[in-house]
Amino acid sequence: MATSKTSVHIRNGRLICARQNLVETGDLLVIDGKIAAMGPAGKLAVSNDNIPALDATGKAVLPGMVDMQVHVGEPGEEHKETLATASAAAAAGGITTIITTPDTDPVIDDPALVDFMLRRARDTAIVKVHPSAALTKGQAGKEMTEFGLLKEAGAVAFSSGHRALENSLILRRALTYARDFDSLIIHHAEDPHLAGDGVMNEGENASRLGLPGIPHEAELIMVDRDIRMAALTQSRCHIAQISTAAGVDAVRTAKASGVPVTAGVSINHLSLNEIDIGSYRTFFKLSPPLRLEDDRQALIDGVADGTIDVVISNHNPQNVEAKRHPFAEAESGAIGLETLFSAAMRLVHDDRLSLLDVVRATSDVPARLLGLEAGSLEVGTDADIAIADLNAPWIASEDEFRSRSKNTAFEDARFSGRIVQTLVNGRTVFRDEG
Amino acid sequence: MSTLKTTPFFPHRHLLGIEGLSPQDIAALLDFAEEEIDVSRQVEKKKSVLRGRTQINLFFEASTRTQSSFELAGKRLGADVMNMSVASSSVKKGETLVDTAMTLNAMNPDILVMRHHSAGAAALLAQQVDCSVINAGDGAHEHPTQALLDALTIRRHKGKLARLTVAICGDVLHSRVARSNILLLNAMDARVRVVAPSTLLPAGIERLGVEVYRDMKKGLKDADVVMMLRLQRERMAGAFVPSVREYFRYHGLDAEKLACAKPDALVMHPGPMNRGVEIDPAIADGPNSVIREQVEMGVAVRMAVLEALSQHLPNRGGRS
Repeated sequence: MATSKTSVHIRNGRLICARQNLVETGDLLVIDGKIAAMGPAGKLAVSNDNIPALDATGKAVLPGMVDMQVHVGEPGEEHKETLATASAAAAAGGITTIITTPDTDPVIDDPALVDFMLRRARDTAIVKVHPSAALTKGQAGKEMTEFGLLKEAGAVAFSSGHRALENSLILRRALTYARDFDSLIIHHAEDPHLAGDGVMNEGENASRLGLPGIPHEAELIMVDRDIRMAALTQSRCHIAQISTAAGVDAVRTAKASGVPVTAGVSINHLSLNEIDIGSYRTFFKLSPPLRLEDDRQALIDGVADGTIDVVISNHNPQNVEAKRHPFAEAESGAIGLETLFSAAMRLVHDDRLSLLDVVRATSDVPARLLGLEAGSLEVGTDADIAIADLNAPWIASEDEFRSRSKNTAFEDARFSGRIVQTLVNGRTVFRDEG
Repeated sequence: MSTLKTTPFFPHRHLLGIEGLSPQDIAALLDFAEEEIDVSRQVEKKKSVLRGRTQINLFFEASTRTQSSFELAGKRLGADVMNMSVASSSVKKGETLVDTAMTLNAMNPDILVMRHHSAGAAALLAQQVDCSVINAGDGAHEHPTQALLDALTIRRHKGKLARLTVAICGDVLHSRVARSNILLLNAMDARVRVVAPSTLLPAGIERLGVEVYRDMKKGLKDADVVMMLRLQRERMAGAFVPSVREYFRYHGLDAEKLACAKPDALVMHPGPMNRGVEIDPAIADGPNSVIREQVEMGVAVRMAVLEALSQHLPNRGGRS
């Protein structure tokens, strides 16, 4: 992680901050790695002439994004990704804080392993890294982990990874116990028995392809169960990913009645649908599966109205061997750190989301859910900043990805808008040379 | 409970729980127990009030401490005491509790002391037999003699129960000791707090007249008495709390947490203790600890209860 703190005077950028509900052209002064002042362009009193200027004319200056669900291969699958490569990819995507998932090898279920992650991150990563720890020991779904000790060690949430916790009693106790530590539980809401051997959305397309399907209900049953559990325990439960329109409705209704439930969605599910699988393209095999276009539209609406709190990359690196299989046998998952922002900008250009919606769901809200001092341009906070050209056209190409794995769902995608510079504690960790 | 022909100082035929006892009943038992302490401290530890009476200790759960305490109490009062433990009883062969009760009743005991793993078992027994029944613990429901001995211990140190702040800490969910103590201490006008992780608190506990804390340091602040509860081994590893080390860190009584209580706070534990789980060994043996004294008070309180109930003997003819 970047520890050196620097000063910089960012001039004449379009400052956008969801927490302050701010969209304004102006200057941002960074002193010793912290945002020290903000003001109208050219009007900021800078006491020290030695502070380097960074011209952001025509660019957007955003809080660095906070990605709540990033699979790093470390420890155990360093051939897929490391903290170093993942953080380089994050920096290139304007993401300054990544939350690592605990389903590594070994599973992050012990304070010593959280400590290991933080030390590795300190030594090798260029963005901020906060581990989420396993919800149950060994992710076996039987015994809760040491939420108190893990939190003290630095775990910011407790996640079931890519696996639902089936046993409602254990989930109830975990939620109840987590409440004492004000910890966030992140749950993968998919009934594993109903999902069965399914590899894509159940329906006409799966039937034509001859692939076993996963019904919408596999998600809905778990979402409903999780909402009831959050209501029963009055403990914060975050549903990691919603993929269905009915799932969005369920969360919306629950929130209206005060249930402490929150939800995320991956950028993939906001951008793609099951048709993209085409003829067995395994890079589009995701968990949960890509659904119908109606679902995608409902998910976007959910982000727009705040029902869905968080947009994640769900960055899940898989090497070529793991994907070069018949569809049903290939691994799930796609990388996404470097395309999250640009894919979200598509929704902005299509007038489906506002830029503030995107900033809120990728920086402000995830930081607040996790209790991190991040995700805003507020004076006094760390200068974790992404500078973007909102209209720059580019074509995603796997050759240019920094991620060690190339399994993108956006290969050759045409985007308008990209990150041109990323700062962590005021220090530039990425600059677009193109 | 029972209708009475005479008016002894303790107007009940059975002791099934603290519930149903008046503050006067409790105070009378405690006063009486004070006298019984002296009996146990004599060289000649014997009274004859229960001479010729038969006391059966019927323990469906293993308990060294409570069973021997009741046995000694009965013997010091002159009763013939018989211990029946479940391992050798016909219950193992499938007999119902009611059939066991009827069988024992036919042997004309005067007092039955029962511990059972199911809440309500003592009340069921009392409906079936002609003698007095003492509940020595029924499931997670009540353990009245434990609450009485705790109260006696506190009263002897603090001179009173009223307006003392008592923090009951640990596995409240599964604890009959906690329930009986909450009832007794509330009846005697003490301020009762429970301190536990949320997973070990029963639903609606605040409706029992206690202040609920999840944080030990806050819960122990200015407490006069810190009452620790035992955490069963099978509940330590992930079901209710994640691990022993985490439980001890946040809910084990150590010097740092105890420092939040008053300097002269009493440290109590119903036993048997898990040292290093709910209590630091140094605290268990430290100057604030009255844990061993609780054991002595146990015998005295049980003698007082046996003697109080013996006023109603024989109990023939009444089943109420």
